[in-house]
Amino acid sequence: MSQIASPSRRSFLGKSAGAAAGLMFGFHIPFDAMAQGAAPATPEINAWVVVKPDDTIVIRIARSEMGQGTLTGLAQLVAEELDADWSKVTTEYPTPGQQLARNRVWGSFSTGGSRGVRESHEYVRKGGAAARMMLTQAAATQWNVPVAECVAEKSMITHKPSGRKLSYGAVADAAGKLQAPNEIQLRDPKEWKLAGKRLARLDTVDKTTGKQVYGMDLKLPNMLNAAIKDCPVFGGKVKSFDASGVTGKPGIRKVVQIGDSSVAVIADTWWRARSALDALKIEWDKGPNANLQQADVNKMLKEGLDASEAAVGNSNGDVKTGLAGAARKIEAVYSFPHQNHATMEVMNATAVWTPERCEVWTPTQNGEAALAAASEAAGLPQNKCEVYKLHLGGGFGRRGAVHDWVRQAVLIAKEMPGTPVKLIWTREEDMLHGRYHPITQCKLTAGLDKKGEVTSLHMRISGQSILAAIFPQNIKDGKDPAVFQGLNAPGPEASIGYGFPNLLVDHAMRNPPVPPGFWRGVNLNQNTIYLECFIDEVAHATKQDPLALRRKLMKEHPKHLAVLNAVAEKAGWGKPLKKGVYRGIAQTMGFGSYVAAVAEVSVDKKTGKLKIHRIVAATDPGYAVNPQQIEAQVEGSFVYGLSAALYGECTLKDGQMEQTNFDTYNVLKMDEMPAVETIVIPSGGFWGGVGEPTIAVAAPAVLNAIFAATGKRIRDLPLKNHSLKA
Amino acid sequence: MKLNVNGQVREFEAEEDTPLLWVLREQLGLTGTKYGCGVAQCGACTVHIDGEPTRSCVRPVSTVDGNAKIVTIEGLSRDGSHPVQKAWAALDVPQCGFCQSGMIMAAAALLKEKPKPSDADIDMAMTNICRCGTYNRVRKAIHVIARGGDVKSAGLNIVEGSKA
Repeated sequence: MSQIASPSRRSFLGKSAGAAAGLMFGFHIPFDAMAQGAAPATPEINAWVVVKPDDTIVIRIARSEMGQGTLTGLAQLVAEELDADWSKVTTEYPTPGQQLARNRVWGSFSTGGSRGVRESHEYVRKGGAAARMMLTQAAATQWNVPVAECVAEKSMITHKPSGRKLSYGAVADAAGKLQAPNEIQLRDPKEWKLAGKRLARLDTVDKTTGKQVYGMDLKLPNMLNAAIKDCPVFGGKVKSFDASGVTGKPGIRKVVQIGDSSVAVIADTWWRARSALDALKIEWDKGPNANLQQADVNKMLKEGLDASEAAVGNSNGDVKTGLAGAARKIEAVYSFPHQNHATMEVMNATAVWTPERCEVWTPTQNGEAALAAASEAAGLPQNKCEVYKLHLGGGFGRRGAVHDWVRQAVLIAKEMPGTPVKLIWTREEDMLHGRYHPITQCKLTAGLDKKGEVTSLHMRISGQSILAAIFPQNIKDGKDPAVFQGLNAPGPEASIGYGFPNLLVDHAMRNPPVPPGFWRGVNLNQNTIYLECFIDEVAHATKQDPLALRRKLMKEHPKHLAVLNAVAEKAGWGKPLKKGVYRGIAQTMGFGSYVAAVAEVSVDKKTGKLKIHRIVAATDPGYAVNPQQIEAQVEGSFVYGLSAALYGECTLKDGQMEQTNFDTYNVLKMDEMPAVETIVIPSGGFWGGVGEPTIAVAAPAVLNAIFAATGKRIRDLPLKNHSLKA
Repeated sequence: MKLNVNGQVREFEAEEDTPLLWVLREQLGLTGTKYGCGVAQCGACTVHIDGEPTRSCVRPVSTVDGNAKIVTIEGLSRDGSHPVQKAWAALDVPQCGFCQSGMIMAAAALLKEKPKPSDADIDMAMTNICRCGTYNRVRKAIHVIARGGDVKSAGLNIVEGSKA
């Protein structure tokens, strides 16, 4: 078994990777963590598990923790199979450089698409089980007894016939030298003792005392700070800048152009760097999009709604004939705007560069992608670079696929060889240079027979493709398969919950020059709004109860139907409500899980003010690793989804985004937050994610309730652009 | 210049218009207080000045009286034992946690003024932005504190965590 190159530093990587890393440059490290780092090294049992002599168990977590609870959930899965004493469990991140040196022993580092648990549950559990088997074998060998006579429980191995006991820490050294077992039997989730339980998170306390070190908080000796401005117009460049009014001011070290589109100021403190940057005269060459307006983009997408060419995402029967022969047609056009992730912690990275080596400290959802970005910007091979993942102040997809800020930080650090430089964006920079939720429109056409039954549905999506911009190699024959999330044919991922004799879902790709990105919930968000609001429209147009119509169309989709029925029952669908309160319902499937919600709202007739009183939500993720954290994710999903539905939009004016901070990009706050009742119903047999799917049902449940309350059908989001006054 | 921060008089150099937030973070090394927006919208930078919850990102340091008592998240308690911190930990309120220093400081100020706040009081006082969406647990935690720290009354049934 190969070993990590610098085992003495492993013990505190989780909390203070930055501190550990700096040793390579001979820095004096100010963190308390150094004391821990001096602890004697312990051999790992395998890539996932380290057991210290004092019985502390260190579980390695490859995915990034950004609030979603994956660190605790993954640790529970490993500890479950390891039969660990949970009170002694702690965690650490392996670094991307170690991952590279060990042939990706930890699988994927990428943390997005709600994949943390659902795509690594098997190999992390096997890691825990293998470690338990090796520890047990080591004890049996020490006692010179058959391993079958030994059992492991709560970090303790017992020889049953004699009652002798050894702790994991006592045999860790010997266990680490054993061959990994070939045959590993995983426990039936019905027998789980740690997984599946409502355990407290492992990373809470430091977040209540200010001790948690986020990327922005990193301190390194002799560190300088940088602020940056990239051309605010998409596709523009720096024409010139005049640094004469800034250079020589206290603390200012350097004013530099970064790439062809940015200017950065390097100073002793960030505030000085930022103030100088604000005072700097920069002339931009605004480039080809200087006159681009939001209306131009909307028009471009509208044209796609009726374009003859479109990529087919899901199809059965014959929609063209079905619609032509329909007794009645219902048609509606919806739209969903660009949105910014607006993570609470803005983009930031600290880099130090020499001609021989480059190191980066940054909050990232994908350490390996960050390493690749650092290597490219540094002009050094990946094995001469390293990335230390720091805690993320929110990710939501912004910190995953594209590491533009890492590239900038390394290019800035190259201007100061050997000196660490921390780049922090302003909120304004963050708003103007997002990787925006893609903009799309959708025309839905339903064909009904004489009895009013829906026989045909055509959904034409027009708009932006994330993959075309970020992973163009995944576009096949002009088709972006991710565009159809939630509308796919029956199957394990993002499948449509309804059956129609004739169905066609197609996409006319229209890519405006605004960089798109994976935004928590991705394309499931708007696709669910389109379909679930339209089904509601059909129900009302045909005088059917929205729940009854759904049930009729969902006969072949029992898992979708089960969560829908669960929320309907708990919310008391059909039963009388307090005067002025109305219900809306929605369901979808994505990121491997089935979700549904009922919203109860009222709208003040005079002011048009909306109040969302109560949400009932259900999630079937197959298996529930930590139900209290699933509830937290479901509640949080309503905040994210309702922020988007009520307020979220980034609009173009003269080629740049108009929204520059939270004063122009409003989000949901406490006073608007509804009560959320969450039902977790793990039906078993599959593994779904929980961080994203619920976002998609937030908006349509509320929009359908608003229709019930006001008769107003909101088809263009966000809601702030509409009046709900009677 | 000097400031009284968390019970200590601290001397430092900064331009007069430097926001208190950046003096705390950079000159004084107290990074528990966060930069979120810089325009007093998000509340991540909330500290107490003589007990008043204050958005430090728009407060020029020169306008803060050198004798005023500033308390940051690091000074709320020595060991995380302030009732707000304890309730926050017991209910697993934070997700990413970045906004939580400001949330906790706002909640501590609210509870000092109104030990048993109503939901409307909470809505008025807690205007901090959280993008992860912890609002309902924040509300639950404040009510738990108002009830004297009765964690079970929140109904979350969280099993105590690792001590490691």
